[in-house]
Amino acid sequence: MDGRVDRSAHAYIAYDLDLFEEGSIANMSSSIIGNVFGFKALKALRLEDMRIPPHYTKTFQGPAHGIVMEREYLNKYGRPLLGATVKPKLGLSARNYGRVVYEALRGGLDFTKDDENINSQPFMRWRDRFVHCMEAVNKAQDETGEIKGHYLNVTAPTMEDMYERADFAKEIGSIIVMIDLTVGYTAIQSMAKWARRNGVLLHLHRAGHSTYTRQKSHGVSFRVIAKWMRLAGVDHIHAGTVVGKLEGDPLTVSGFYETLRCDKADPDPIRGLYFEQDWVSTPGVMPVASGGIHAGQMHQLLDHLGEDVILQFGGGTIGHPLGIAAGATANRVALEAMVKARNEGRDIATEGPDILRAAAKRSRELDMALSTWGDVTFTYDSTDTPDLMVTPS
Amino acid sequence: MNGTRPAPVPADAEPLPDDASVDLSSERKRAAVDEILDSLDRELVGLVPVKTRIREIAALLLVDRVRARFGLAAQAPSLHMCFTGNPGTGKTTVALRMAELLHRLGYLRSGHVVSVTRDDLVGQYVGHTAPKTKDVLKRAMGGVLFIDEAYYLYRAENERDYGAESIEILLQYMENHRDDLVVILAGYADRMETFFASNPGMSSRIAHHLEFPDYTLDELAEIGDLMLASQRYRLSAEAAAVFREYLARRMTQPRFANARSVRNALERARLRHANRLVAASGTLGKDDLMRLEPADFLSSRVFSD
Amino acid sequence: MRITQGTFSYLPDLTDDEIARQLRYAIGNGWAISVESTADPRPQGNLWDMWGLPMFDHRDPAGALHEINECRAAYPDRYIRVSAYDSRHGRQTTALSFLVNRPRSE
Repeated sequence: MDGRVDRSAHAYIAYDLDLFEEGSIANMSSSIIGNVFGFKALKALRLEDMRIPPHYTKTFQGPAHGIVMEREYLNKYGRPLLGATVKPKLGLSARNYGRVVYEALRGGLDFTKDDENINSQPFMRWRDRFVHCMEAVNKAQDETGEIKGHYLNVTAPTMEDMYERADFAKEIGSIIVMIDLTVGYTAIQSMAKWARRNGVLLHLHRAGHSTYTRQKSHGVSFRVIAKWMRLAGVDHIHAGTVVGKLEGDPLTVSGFYETLRCDKADPDPIRGLYFEQDWVSTPGVMPVASGGIHAGQMHQLLDHLGEDVILQFGGGTIGHPLGIAAGATANRVALEAMVKARNEGRDIATEGPDILRAAAKRSRELDMALSTWGDVTFTYDSTDTPDLMVTPS
Repeated sequence: MNGTRPAPVPADAEPLPDDASVDLSSERKRAAVDEILDSLDRELVGLVPVKTRIREIAALLLVDRVRARFGLAAQAPSLHMCFTGNPGTGKTTVALRMAELLHRLGYLRSGHVVSVTRDDLVGQYVGHTAPKTKDVLKRAMGGVLFIDEAYYLYRAENERDYGAESIEILLQYMENHRDDLVVILAGYADRMETFFASNPGMSSRIAHHLEFPDYTLDELAEIGDLMLASQRYRLSAEAAAVFREYLARRMTQPRFANARSVRNALERARLRHANRLVAASGTLGKDDLMRLEPADFLSSRVFSD
Repeated sequence: MRITQGTFSYLPDLTDDEIARQLRYAIGNGWAISVESTADPRPQGNLWDMWGLPMFDHRDPAGALHEINECRAAYPDRYIRVSAYDSRHGRQTTALSFLVNRPRSE
């Protein structure tokens, strides 16, 4: 080009264990990404991966419940869980909000969710929202005989407000609360401790992460954030869908899921995992796939993401022509049919569309969903692909 | 599950039209049973009546498969069997091969063998037997249940014995789960006879009675040769004659266990061979390490009595 | 009211053949199989009545299917479910659980 030399390199740095305070994400992040990113000598810097030694891992609480305990609490096994964010994102009154929750849950979803910026606004204050949501959850639970939940967002300006909201959520019987990444690492750890102490699941929305995780040239890779959050102790974290509207290429996302779920991850540079990571029996975090996915992609979702995942279909539930409950049912039928087919030994990656069509013959809701969204795909080039590619042989 | 499993005939496939024809030898190839039948011939000496019956069963099941393709369904044949004979005559080996054969012919879904005796089936106190027997039966489903010395299940002299309960459950399963399970009983012929006399229900459910006769001297020598070859040993010409003499004498002595006794004798010969080489402590060639001599057999008690 | 517990409750009730295929999947994964029943299917549902003991080391679905049918014959009017248990380190929990019988009048 213009004669400038592009100089970039991978650097590996080892830190002494004594430099870190036990069990503190705030300290770990201050230590590692505290000021080095601002050095004048570096034009750009990205933290790709960290290996956290067992000694240090053991100083953290880890997930308040984890994947196994969550399933035992919900009494739901053998399939991904289903959720949906209430839409429209903002502007509903508490009572109408509760209606959306009720319809989605009674139709067949396991969870519904506050969006990340639903905290406590003039159009709907938190206490009113909580009360109406729990009315919906309880009614749907009684009608279906299954455990249902709505992630009540307790994100608030101060820690004291967060505790107040979380305690109230527990008091009225919610099995789960949610917080946004923007509350900060210290607040997240406090809430994880609260969650374990009170037996309530903790969902983390990774709001704001894409400001620094998305560009390969500068920032922090999401896989590092994922590791920190597993140590901090959340039960759920959004981690990418591969086929949805938000950023995430298959190999990188697969690396994130491995980081969150497995007990021992081996190095796998193709998936962006630069180090081995032994989690020494720290429970896994349930990854959440959310953003522009629909029932017609169920085979790809199950194939790429596996079974221990929460699939959230916001628009894909609420936009169904026959209504929200029908949208929920369509998603549930598609999911169960796909899991059943996979267990029977069918190749869901190739036969997926046939399996969905066969299931749609027995379900009007699914049939309509497939005709409404069948052709929607999001094919863009990913901005965050792995640095290493498999060389064709 | 080992080996390739040929695709079973799908139950709901379209039957062949009446005027179609099927090449039996290619069916046979597909079922891959000849491998097993031939290995049976190679690895088991003698046992002609047993081998004949096995080939007959294989033919029946093969023809059944082909009939099924024409939609000529018949009720699955009963394949419960009884193997009688002295110890070391090949009963367990044949049972294992039978399981594999039935699996290859699509008759059994899996080819595994669950091998039990009375103690695995009968409990020590009231209510213990039924779950014990049922547990064994369920584990055997899809394969073969091999009950060694089955007559011990029935103790006529003790009326509080729980064996009878186990027998009843076995009979039920043998009748109702013919598609899922093949039972093979094994033991001494005379005791099995008594057992059947007192348990006509059991006797009537056994479709095939196979006798495993004692081996002749020639057969025992041949078994010995096969065992030595597989262990990479050989007999010198003189040793072969001595070994034959050994067998002739040993056969007449008490507690002779046919092939097992041959194996034991060869094990002891190996021991003496090793000790002979160490005592001589000269240089050794490959053949020295393989060759058994008369001395390796003559020190046996069999020759001194 | 049709309760929707279990992995496949939004699909038509599984036939015995379909149940056998799921059992084969479980056996292939090395999971132990158990059968349970209840007249009271509350959502938390951890403690249903066990039908016999859990079945380990089966190589074929026929054994478990036999027990399912025995349980149906004994309790035709109860909810009956089949569960599969994964005993691997780091897991040690139920891996699959679905209904195989519902009361005649739900």
